[in-house]
Amino acid sequence: MLVPDDLRYAETHEWIRPESGTGTVGITDHAQAELTDVVYVELPQVGAVLEAHQAVAVVESVKAASDIYSPVGGEVLAVNSELESNPALVNTDPYGAGWLFKLKLSDPAEISSLKTAADYRSQIGG
Amino acid sequence: MGELRVAGSKGKEWLNSLLTNNLERLGPGGGQYTLLLNENGGVIDDLIVYCRGTDDYFLVVNAAKIEEDFAWMQSHRESSIELSNLSPEHAALAVQGPKSVELLGQFGDLPARNQIREFHLLGVRSLCARTGYTGEDGFELFYPASDAAAVWTQLLELGAPLGVLPCGLGARDTLRLEACYPLNGSDLSPGRTPLEAGLGSFVDLTKLEFIGRGALVAQKTAGLKQRLVAIKAQPKSPPLRAHQGVFSDARALGELTSGALSPTLGIGIGLGYVDVDYSVPGKKVEIEIRGKRFAATVEKKPLYKRQC
Repeated sequence: MLVPDDLRYAETHEWIRPESGTGTVGITDHAQAELTDVVYVELPQVGAVLEAHQAVAVVESVKAASDIYSPVGGEVLAVNSELESNPALVNTDPYGAGWLFKLKLSDPAEISSLKTAADYRSQIGG
Repeated sequence: MGELRVAGSKGKEWLNSLLTNNLERLGPGGGQYTLLLNENGGVIDDLIVYCRGTDDYFLVVNAAKIEEDFAWMQSHRESSIELSNLSPEHAALAVQGPKSVELLGQFGDLPARNQIREFHLLGVRSLCARTGYTGEDGFELFYPASDAAAVWTQLLELGAPLGVLPCGLGARDTLRLEACYPLNGSDLSPGRTPLEAGLGSFVDLTKLEFIGRGALVAQKTAGLKQRLVAIKAQPKSPPLRAHQGVFSDARALGELTSGALSPTLGIGIGLGYVDVDYSVPGKKVEIEIRGKRFAATVEKKPLYKRQC
């Protein structure tokens, strides 16, 4: 399973890519593989203010609907509307075109409370 | 699946007093879809009964209902009837799809639709029935449990050139849902009658007596309040799932009892009980998913049938 070194990870299998006060969020390669074929993604509203660990999105596969939690607090700056017509991007490119939403971080220091790639790898037994 | 055997003098009459369909219409080697009801006309189980000879019947029931079916039948058993639960010693394997004839035909003569016959399969004595729950042509094989794995493995190997694939219950569930076959425990339950489930053609009310008949006659006379209908979502809506509410504006019409993304149609499909005035193909409804409403329509059953 792919676990890029430049990202931080939540125990609930979301990743975040911090970039100067913002962060792009998606689900990990491991998560998409466990979910199997993603057929629907429900995204938060742009402008919504989220707390860390708040359920903010839903990814549905043929098997089940799974809540997605915001790894950190922040305001939603953008959502990946491409997923409305092509939810399978979450499977094919989980760290790229399959991103879910972008946050303006409430507290950039929160990032350091998340797992490193090495920590996440050991969580998933990789 | 579970397998039960009923034999003994008056076996046919006795089974006819428990099951909704009519065994008088079933000759040796034939199979019949039928239902086992409680006194209120609610569904205990749906099953296929095969006639193996005079007063000799082989019943294939849902695996989750083996104990309940057996206990129910045992409690109504008459002294001349031998009732046995063969499930622990029997394996059941379904080989389904248009090429199943080609795969199994190499072992011997195959039964006709809904028929059952003895069959020698890779050196194993088995019963082969041309039945299934996928909406496709196909077969169900019953043979000693000790050979379960060996037959499975060999059929997968022999069938590889034909494209045979292992299929689990989740995949099977999408097939039966496209075909609008109700699943016991989801679409069928002790609180629903076969008339509400649209299974009236498997209920012979001309039979003088069977358990649940009185309740069904009363329900038919009073008129059904709800019916099990097929529902199709719009493209790009979330997959339909059991327990989602069905609405028309402010009015709650009922709820889904099954749902899936149809692999063949590429769209959300489901079965659900709705008020009778909405149980008509073409009716526009809304499905409530996580507090939001999504447009859907009531459709004619089946939702999908392969063009031959």
